[in-house]
Amino acid sequence: MRTVHGHGAWSAERTERAIGALLRGGLLFSAAIVLTGGALFLARHGAAAPSYRAFRGEPADLRQVSGIVHAALEGRGRGLIQLGLLLLIATPIARVAFAAVAFALESDRLYTAIALLVLAILLVSLRTGVG
Amino acid sequence: MTVLEFSAAVGAGSFVAGLLGALTGLGGGVVIVPMLSLGFGVDIRYAIGASLVSVIATSSGAAAAYVREGFSNIRLGMFLEIATTVGAMCGAALATRLPSSTIAVVFGLMLLPSALASLRSHGERVSEGEPHPWAARLRLDASYPTETGERPYHVRAVPTGFGLMWVAGVLSGLLGIGSGAFKVLAMDRAMRLPFKVSTTTSNFMIGVTAAASAGIYLGRGYIAPGIVMPVMLGVLAGALLGARVLMHARPKALRIVFGVVIAAMGVEMIASGLSGRI
Repeated sequence: MRTVHGHGAWSAERTERAIGALLRGGLLFSAAIVLTGGALFLARHGAAAPSYRAFRGEPADLRQVSGIVHAALEGRGRGLIQLGLLLLIATPIARVAFAAVAFALESDRLYTAIALLVLAILLVSLRTGVG
Repeated sequence: MTVLEFSAAVGAGSFVAGLLGALTGLGGGVVIVPMLSLGFGVDIRYAIGASLVSVIATSSGAAAAYVREGFSNIRLGMFLEIATTVGAMCGAALATRLPSSTIAVVFGLMLLPSALASLRSHGERVSEGEPHPWAARLRLDASYPTETGERPYHVRAVPTGFGLMWVAGVLSGLLGIGSGAFKVLAMDRAMRLPFKVSTTTSNFMIGVTAAASAGIYLGRGYIAPGIVMPVMLGVLAGALLGARVLMHARPKALRIVFGVVIAAMGVEMIASGLSGRI
């Protein structure tokens, strides 16, 4: 019976530790961008009145990747925040990709395929959403 | 109230949610939606979008802690993620079609058993005997570390567990929660895994499940940067403090308080949904 701890250079434990570092790094990076965007947003709109009672949906340019990147590069607070969020969402997706690579390095064909399937589902979801 | 005051208040509330989530080990996700929709009068779709983002953030932050101990069953988690991610997409699709009041009632209904779950304690179990044919095929059976060495266990009811994980995914995508409690319940009761394996493997899956619906929410305009920014930063700060203050202990008293609070929120959400206030 196989245990979760594999053998060789890419043991499951070492892989997961690397994945943990990847996750926290991605989180930190996205949080920094969100914080920067937040500061810009508050500086510009801090005195306005919030209007979140009724659902109107965010403007179209902040819903797609191209628009978000564009808004972020223009230095718009909301654009930067959305960009940070995109990076945050990408982090667990990167984790699955990393796991697929790790399984491949262990020559585990079944689980490489399973991980790639999960990755495909995630990418379809992302593409459907933000294009 | 200005945007600045709103952000500060939401940030503070999210900080408490993140702190409680880390201290009780139950996650702050379930608190964020009621806090925003009931407390701040924010439309429930924005609230769910913000909560979903906070779930990804806290799970990414916590991931490293669970991995090191060698409890989480990575293969099982990856296999079950097929179900949870598909479920999450289904949940997100459902959310775009249901009226806010219905979502509020469903949310409240989800909170009530969650409140009960936080109050019960779990016994240790070792599942022996014949492996499930799927578990053998997929190499899901594994072992976990104890003081006396690695103890092997079997994974049972794999198809049922897979189906339950799909439901967990739907709940996550529909309500903006991590569904951690539901996943743990499914793994603990149906698949008969040792408790610590259930909790760590569930944590492994939460962020991925939430990410599967977050893209759709973002694309639908459910994620408002002005709300998500203080929620995400507040929850992270709170969770960071919580993790430092209490390393591995899960204080029983805090869980009881948490259980009572979310039970009250559940009732409030159902009432608001039924009366059309949400």
